[in-house]
Formats: sequence, C-alpha cells, structure tokens
Amino acid sequence: MSFLTLVYASLFYFATLVLLAGLANKILQYARTPAPLKIPTTPAPVTQSGVIFRLAREVVLFESLFKGNKWTWIFGWIFHFGLLLVTLRHLRYFMDPVWLPIQLIQPFGIYGGMAMVVGLAGLWSRRFLVDRVRYITGPSDHLILALLIGIGLTGLGMSFVIHVDVISVKQFFLGLMRFHIQPLPADPLLLLHMLLVVILMIVFPFSKLLHAPGLFFSPSRNQVDNPREQRHLAPWAKRFEQ
Amino acid sequence: MAKVKLEVPELQPYLEIPAVTPGVMAHSRPFVAKPEHQEPLGFPGVLVDDWQEKAIDKMGDLLGRYRSLRVYLDACVKCGSCTDKCHYYIGTGDPKNMPVARQDLLRKVYRRYFTLAGKYFPKLVGAEDLTQEVLDDWYSYFHQCSQCRRCSVFCPYGIDTAEISMAAREIMDHIGVGQKYCNEIIAKVYKIGNNLGLPGPALRDTLEGLEEDVFDDTGVKVRYPIDVVGADILLVTPSADFFAEPHVDGLIGYGKVFHEAGVSWTLSTIASEAANFGMFIGSYENMRRISQRIREAAIALKVKRIVFGECGHAWRVAYSFLNTLAGPWDFLDPNYPVPQHICEFTNDLIQRGKLNLDKSQNDDMVLTFHDSCNVARASRMGPDPGGQFDIPRAVIKAVCNNFHDMDEDTIRERTFCCGGGGGLLTDDLMELRVKGALPRMTALNNVIQEKGVTHMAAICAICKSQFTKVLPYYGMEMEQIVSVHQLVSNAIILTPGEDDDLDEDDDESEDDED
Ligand code: SF4
Ligand code: SF4
Repeated sequence: MSFLTLVYASLFYFATLVLLAGLANKILQYARTPAPLKIPTTPAPVTQSGVIFRLAREVVLFESLFKGNKWTWIFGWIFHFGLLLVTLRHLRYFMDPVWLPIQLIQPFGIYGGMAMVVGLAGLWSRRFLVDRVRYITGPSDHLILALLIGIGLTGLGMSFVIHVDVISVKQFFLGLMRFHIQPLPADPLLLLHMLLVVILMIVFPFSKLLHAPGLFFSPSRNQVDNPREQRHLAPWAKRFEQ
Repeated sequence: MAKVKLEVPELQPYLEIPAVTPGVMAHSRPFVAKPEHQEPLGFPGVLVDDWQEKAIDKMGDLLGRYRSLRVYLDACVKCGSCTDKCHYYIGTGDPKNMPVARQDLLRKVYRRYFTLAGKYFPKLVGAEDLTQEVLDDWYSYFHQCSQCRRCSVFCPYGIDTAEISMAAREIMDHIGVGQKYCNEIIAKVYKIGNNLGLPGPALRDTLEGLEEDVFDDTGVKVRYPIDVVGADILLVTPSADFFAEPHVDGLIGYGKVFHEAGVSWTLSTIASEAANFGMFIGSYENMRRISQRIREAAIALKVKRIVFGECGHAWRVAYSFLNTLAGPWDFLDPNYPVPQHICEFTNDLIQRGKLNLDKSQNDDMVLTFHDSCNVARASRMGPDPGGQFDIPRAVIKAVCNNFHDMDEDTIRERTFCCGGGGGLLTDDLMELRVKGALPRMTALNNVIQEKGVTHMAAICAICKSQFTKVLPYYGMEMEQIVSVHQLVSNAIILTPGEDDDLDEDDDESEDDED
C-alpha cells in the first residue's frame, strides 16, 4: 500500500473522529446548559408540534432569512440546497449496493455542485460589495468560503475536466469503513478535493459551522410559548426557592 | 428641560439604510452607577481591582447558566441579515449598532477565552483580549441596545442580541461598572416600592384626586382603591400611570373598565410598580426579587386574579417570567390566566357586550397604533399566537371610528422600537433616543401625511414617555401620543352606581378635557 493511501486514510480517520467528537461535545454542552427563562421570539407556536413545524420551515425554507434579506436568502438557499444534493450524490461512495433514491439523484448531483459554487460566489461577492457585510466579515469568513468553493470547483473539475477512477475511490472509502484499507488513486485533483474536505471536517466543530446544530438549540426558535401555563425552573434557579 | 442640542435627522418618505460610519456614536454613554446605586442590588460599588479576571469568570458562569448565550455566541455566520434591522443603526450609521457587530463585542472576548480557535488563532477568528478599550466599547454599545429583539426576527438562527446585551450588562455590573439609570431605579424599588420612589401616601392622594376628577367629569363614582384586602383583582401598573400624561389617562380608563365589569379590584403599595428593570440588566436574581413583591402583595391582599396595566417590559416579565420567578400561583383563581393583561380584560368585556361604548367620543382623533417591542416580540395576549397584535387593535377599533395602521414593515413583529426601551430612557442618552426613534417617526409621519392620522396609541409606559419627549424633536406635538385605555376611557359610558350622589346631575362625559 502506498504512503499516500496511508496518509489519506489516517487523515480521514482523524477528521471523522474530530468531527464526531467535536460535534457530540458541543451538542452535549448545548443540551446540558439550562434555558432558565422562556424567550421564544413571538408570535411563537403554542404547541410542541407547532415548534417542530417552525423549525422545519427554518431548516428547509430559511424562513427568517427570507424575511431579512432576499439576496442572502437566494444565494444561501442555492448553496445549501446544492450542497445537500452533492452530499446525497456522494453517498454512493459509501454504500454497496447503492440505494435506489441515491441512484436516482446521480444525474442531478452535478447541478447541485454548480448551484453550490454559484451560491457561494454570490455570498462571497456580498462580502465585498455591501459595506455592512464587509464590515462584519473576518478572515475566517473568507477562508471558509474559499474552502467550500475550492471543494466545489475541484469536485466539478473531476466531473468535467479530468476524470478520476471513481471505482477505486469507492473501493477506498468502502475499505475505510470496513477498516480494510484499499489503494487510493494518486490523482492530484482528487487529492486536493479530499484534502479540502478533510480540513472542512476538522474545522466544523470549532467554527461558525456550528450554526447547523445551533439552530436546533436556539431558545428563541425551539421553545413553546406557554410560560403562563407552565413554570420552568432551571436547576440552578431552584436554590432560590425556599 | 431644555432640548439637548443635536442634529435631528430629517424625515423622508422612505427609510434609507445609512452607510457604515465607524465610531460616530462611541461618545454616547450613560452615567455610571455610584456605589449607592450598585450595592443594594448586590454588585460592587466601583470597578474591582482584578476586573479582567472577574469579568471572564462571570462570563464563564453565564455561559453555564444560559443556553441562549452559548448558542448565540457560536452560531452566527455573519450573514448580515440583521445588519440593517436595528433602529439605532438606521438612526446613527454607527456599525457597532448593527446587531451582529454589537454581539461581536462580546463574542471576540468569548472566543479568546473560551474557544480553541480563539486561543490559538485569535487574528483569524477575530478573538481579542479583554482590555480597557473593549470594556469602554461594551459600556457604550451595550447601552445603545434597547433589547427590542427586532434583530432576532430576521436572524436565520434567531440570535437575540437582547440576550447578549443583558449578559454584557450583567458582567459589567459584577465588576462594578453599572449604569446609573437602571440601577438607581431598582434600588428605589427595593427601598420605596416603585421606580419613581412614590411613597404610599402620595399614591393614595393621587388616587383620591382621580376619583374626584372622574366624578366631576362624569357624575359617576368610580373607585381607585389601594391596599384593599379581599379584592378580587390586584392591578399592577407602571408607576408612571400615577401621575404623568398620557399614562394617568390610561389608569383612569382601567378604573372605568373595572367599574363597568362590576369587579372589586385594588392597587398595592408593595407592588406599586409593574416594570421590572432587573431584566434590562440581565440579572435573574434582581428580576426575581422585584417579581416577588407582586407575590407578597397578592398574598397579603388575598386577591384571586392579577391584571397588568399598560407597560411593555412589565408585560414581558409578567407574561413570560412571572410564573417562573414568583410562582406557583396556585392560590389564585385557576379560571383566569396568571397574569392577565388589561387589554385582554377589556377586550373580553367588549366581546361579551358588557361595555357601553360611544365611539364618537374619540372622533377628534385619527389613530394609529405603535406595537411595543416587548409586547410584540416577547409576549402574547389571548390564546393564539399573534393575539398581542390583534387584541389591542380590537380594543382601539371598538372605541374609535378612525384607525389606520402604519407601514406593515414597521408594525406587529417587525415593529420598530420607540428608541427608549431597555433602560435607555434617560436624559444622558438623548441623542441616541432621538436618532433611534427615526424609523418609527418616519412611519408615523407617513400615515400623518397620507391618512391624516393625528394620534398614536401605545400600551407601554416607556414608549409613551419616550414619544412625549421625542415627538417635538421631529416637529410633532407631545400630546399626539395616547394610552389605549385613555381612548377606552373617553368612549366608555358609565353606569351610575347606587351610592352616586344624585344631586350632581352633570351630563355624562360631555366635556372630556379641561
Ligand atoms: S435588540 Fe433591538 S436595539 Fe438591540 S441590537 Fe437588536 S434591533 Fe438593535
Ligand atoms: S442575522 Fe444572525 S447569523 Fe446573520 S449576521 Fe446577524 S446575528 Fe449573525
């Protein structure tokens, strides 16, 4: 087995570990931190199913962002939807046989990749063109965009310009999952693509990408509006009660 | 008081989002609390020696106590959706008044001391040490947030800058850097019972005066009782209602409504204040202590229900937190929500046809309604979401013939703050208050021009005080702001009681003003 394969295999194991442990750690931290007072942004649902519906609208439609800024919403939504398609399409590298829905998605996944890049380009350009957004943008915001666009472009590059041996790639990942390492083709574009993905996985739990789990823990969005009906005493607030 | 000299923005038909102008509001800072304002609240009197360390410790403590803080400091993606939503940014153009930039003032310190990325790559993620400059920025800009939550409506993750401002103020209080206006008021509540420091005898005098005025006006004896043991309802209302215009007209209105409802009610000298400034400074302990007075009063007076008067922040604390902070309320009548808002109470009577109303008494006004932030975005009325928008409007429409809403982007959950909420209603922040009122003034001016609106009704003591002060800066009259229950008061046709003096045969409410 080549040195390269070993390096990449270890990288992926490491990145997966960091991603899962980091996320689990954060999610546990959020879950364990009490929310001592009811603070849903009203008008808020008065039932649990209403809350689920509210969160679903936020996740699928980006409802609040739609109210806030149409350009950001359009680009943000295109990017995220593209990313979803691409991710689903990539599942074929991790399963054998490939499930039917994933098979059906294959022809569209490529448009997902394009949508991703277009959305990201739009979002990035706002960081230069809108003075308010420029003001709040830091180096890490540019880097994450660069990283994601890099992933998108190298991915598209492999579909349109330099094709790679996808069969071997699939063998590599299936091997990783079964702890039986298979050789990885030494294709520069592929290696770059995978390196960027590894970096993304590692920075995820330490960056603003935490917005993904964060949304589900946001008290202004996930709370039922029922404070008159129910007392909500946080554990640390109990000590005030005599 | 002489008007502070300042440049008042000119009203345009459309709100312009200003260009980013760094630092234009850095000078805006409220007076710092003195030891006598700090200590009764349990805070150090002056800046403590090892303040950096203490502040970081407090931040850690709050991060463990409040999920909101933890999630909000992590989740922001700098999308910019909130940047043009804050009335203080729109009014001043200072970028640190963009909600996300305001959060970043706290976030950069959070990142530095509590995240790996900030510890090892501070420049990359915008992490910074807690220095004197940072503290100065905190003091300036966390006192330029009225905690109105407008930004949270438009944020994809519901990040609520009010929560961040509250945490920052609490940290500052814990190292001895408090804000005078809020903390002095809380100290007054502890000492005398209300924000204005009105002692029991003064309240009683005022209420007797009101009884006489209403009797002179209407020939009907309407009671304004205080400390009556065994009354059905305890009314808790902001202390402004006891003396200032237009607030007191609202209080007159509540009395008339209770009179018509035929219920017994009372105010309380212990709980003669509905507002709870503990919320503005983010202090759970102080908020709880202030809330407990209401419980004490309810128990001492043996009431069955609690009704809150017209006050926005008070209603947020009452609706959202009172049960948690001062409950359980199992000794009250379970048939009514605890607490109830006076608009819910009045609306209910109107719906059941129990009020005799003469709408034409308000024909000298064309009205619009200002949704107060904390009612709109942090509370509810009635059983359904959005009741806090519909119920006050239903009451207004039942008592007057002419009503027009302002632009829909400036009302309901998108309502703009009056500019004086969140503990900023102090003369030392006049410039901020005037500039922060720009979006609301623009919308109001537009309905004045287009629909002939003459008056704006509100159900918050802070909004009413703020507008009274700020309207003249924009060339309008301070009398143009009215209480909702002032309108009810004008329209209500009182039923004479048996004990009314019959030799006083004045006509009912013909002369509504003197
Ligand atoms: S809570 Fe209101 S005042 Fe504070 S930043 Fe948000 S919009 Fe501005
Ligand atoms: S809208 Fe929310 S996520 Fe976007 S910049 Fe503002 S606070 Fe951050």
